[in-house]
Amino acid sequence: MKIGIVVFPGSNCDNDLFRAFEKQKLYKVIFLWHKDTDLPKDLDLCAIPGGFSFGDYLRTGAIASKSPIINSIIKFANSGRFVLGICNGFQILCETGLLPGILLRNTSTKFVCKNQILKVCNSNTSFSKLYNENEEVNFPIAHHDGNYFVNNETKKMIYDNNQIAFKYHKNNPNGSVDNIAGIYSQNHRILGLMPHPERRVSSEIGLDGERLFRSLNI
Amino acid sequence: MKVRVNIILKPSVLDPQGQAVANSLIGQGFNNIKNVRQGKILDIEFNSNEVDMNMINEMCEGFLTNPLVEDYAIEEINM
Repeated sequence: MKIGIVVFPGSNCDNDLFRAFEKQKLYKVIFLWHKDTDLPKDLDLCAIPGGFSFGDYLRTGAIASKSPIINSIIKFANSGRFVLGICNGFQILCETGLLPGILLRNTSTKFVCKNQILKVCNSNTSFSKLYNENEEVNFPIAHHDGNYFVNNETKKMIYDNNQIAFKYHKNNPNGSVDNIAGIYSQNHRILGLMPHPERRVSSEIGLDGERLFRSLNI
Repeated sequence: MKVRVNIILKPSVLDPQGQAVANSLIGQGFNNIKNVRQGKILDIEFNSNEVDMNMINEMCEGFLTNPLVEDYAIEEINM
């Protein structure tokens, strides 16, 4: 499988994400630049890393969502291939419309950076099939705008279609609707989440994120 | 031509920044504060003197605001 990590000005989790995939020894991993207009023909997954693309100016993810590479990513996603957005990547996917909703400023108004317990809400997707349903996992969070907001009509739709990927467990660090930490697209092939599984792929600090990166190849 | 785009969160969306400002004002002794909503202003200058309003709306709805959570108003500024 070939994985492309998209780099924007201000991305800062691109190398972590690259290593998280590469470490599994299952994938060919490459970097892509936001000004590229075409994706490699043999790409299987496009990953958008965390960071502060374009300084979070205007709205988080808004300027990145109009970058030259985005049209290709939308076509790629619409052809049923995999897209993963973590943190700023999730914010960008929401701004492109590939995922419903938007990430607003944390209700505390503070940047929050800590370990966070999550619950796996759907263990039947290509990203999550190595986790157990309702399993508790520890992924770090580090964001200022992680407050997931969606209108009631869309919220009902994402519940009906089993699109909730992860929920914050035991506490809500940012004010997200229903403690939502990550969601899938309707076809469950696009995943966006605020927490950072790529920071939990070593035995020294924890391996809870590793199965997310391994599961895609199975 | 120059326009000013005023962007504000919809009334139904919680504005924690506005609330923090309101709380600070009250803490400073401005007791008559009922509520604060924080928005943003973009002043946009065009090359030509006549600009199609539909195009400005397209810019606002497709990029400058997220219609899910924000409202906007356009006003022309005399230079």
